[in-house]
Amino acid sequence: MTETGARLLDAREIVSGYGEVHILKGVSMYVDAAEIVTIIGPNGAGKSTLMKAMFGLLPVHQGTLVLDGTDVTGMSTERLVRHGVGYVPQTNNVFSTLTVRENLEMGGYTRLDGLNDRIAWVLDLFPDLASRLGERAGRLSGGQRKLVAIARALMLEPKLLMLDEPSASLSPQMSEVVFEKICEINQLGMAALLVEQDARHALAISHRGYVLAAGENRFEGPADMLLNSDDMRRLYLGG
Amino acid sequence: MRTFGTRDMQYPSERGGSVSAVEPSPLEALPILEVCNVRKAYGGLTAVNNCSFQVQPGTITGLVGPNGAGKTTLLNLISGFQRVDRGEIILDGHQTSHLGPYGVFHHGLVRTFQIPRPIPNMTVLENLVLAGTGQKGERIWNAWFRPGIVGKQENEIIDQALWVLEYVDLIQLRDQYASVLSGGQRKLLEFARTLMEKPKVVLLDEPGAGVNRILMRRLIERIEEQREQNGITFLIVEHDMDLVARLCGTVIVMSQGASIFTGSFDAMCRDQVVLDAYLGSQYR
Repeated sequence: MTETGARLLDAREIVSGYGEVHILKGVSMYVDAAEIVTIIGPNGAGKSTLMKAMFGLLPVHQGTLVLDGTDVTGMSTERLVRHGVGYVPQTNNVFSTLTVRENLEMGGYTRLDGLNDRIAWVLDLFPDLASRLGERAGRLSGGQRKLVAIARALMLEPKLLMLDEPSASLSPQMSEVVFEKICEINQLGMAALLVEQDARHALAISHRGYVLAAGENRFEGPADMLLNSDDMRRLYLGG
Repeated sequence: MRTFGTRDMQYPSERGGSVSAVEPSPLEALPILEVCNVRKAYGGLTAVNNCSFQVQPGTITGLVGPNGAGKTTLLNLISGFQRVDRGEIILDGHQTSHLGPYGVFHHGLVRTFQIPRPIPNMTVLENLVLAGTGQKGERIWNAWFRPGIVGKQENEIIDQALWVLEYVDLIQLRDQYASVLSGGQRKLLEFARTLMEKPKVVLLDEPGAGVNRILMRRLIERIEEQREQNGITFLIVEHDMDLVARLCGTVIVMSQGASIFTGSFDAMCRDQVVLDAYLGSQYR
């Protein structure tokens, strides 16, 4: 596991949701540079909502978001991407009518140069995609689409990659591969924030973890402590 | 305020009556679902390639395999969302290969989708009520001239929907718009939709993906209950081996469009081809 660095993302007392429905009721968390952090919790706890709020996809009604020392509260998704945040949604995560290559190119849309080099770099990381570059992403299986989405998010070399359920819909073998890739990416200095139902697997590769329930912080701590806690096992990890 | 009975494992119309638990006898029974040499190609890509297997009534069968093996395509073919290029699909003795989703549904098969798509601007309850079939109010004549009958049936469907929501632990979200549901809650709503009718066969496409472990255990209990109490046959596409191991008496493994293994979960974990193609090192 890599050494972590300075504070990269600091979310304080975030209140957010859909319309008038507040899903998050004051959630705080942080991610340090080169750190892997996992958020777990029951369905409807607000895990995905937190990610969407931190990526500018949902309004932040209250609270502050600081990224690398800059207040980014309420900043648009486009500007957050330029500030070094990548996001892989749980579903609808590819441009289904575009080819795999075009999806990667879209991911690198704001790059001024080095597009082909970067595509070669992500294909080194996900060699399974190399033979499918010309295929329409909509024709790929759910798992393969997930890989395309992760690869696309890496096109801009983000400082922080947020992944919503990265192993959902992946075969056991592919799921193992994705967790390995997250570790590899992390070793290159990139921080990763995961929302994951396979909490054991995700915490096993994480530095720290948060547990959300009903839109509020419930537990937090080093990942190994959460993994070995009897309460955590009983309440959230499934025995 | 409408009231409805406490949660039990039977359909509302059967409460208080005697319901005989189905005793599946897989070896003697005729298959309820047969997939015979089915092929489906998209241009140059053969997604399903001479795939054959049988599913016995009253059983829970897992359909697993690497990403891109053709599992979801096969579910689309069985449920009539796509047509086979070649081969046959026989559901409860009826050839259904040529039927669309509506026709297959009328032979007693319902399915869920890998990516649930509830109607976002309707409440959770309304989404479920919509799943009730044969609604008399859909005919203009009835809506105008037989409002009493329409209203009575609507009330019955609402009762059924409330029972189902209670059964899958979504009752507290009944008046929330579906758009605010989390990914896992949408999966549960999908499963709930299948319980609005009395299907013979239910196809579940990754019911556990994105569902919390604790909730997953409850989902497993519910599926098992439905098999035992109502004799429903389940064919489940799933990557979560915990769910497959706990539920599925038989596991079919697909790879590159074809069925490469059929047997128990334990036997699958010992099969070298399956280990190489699908399960990976953690199961060795």
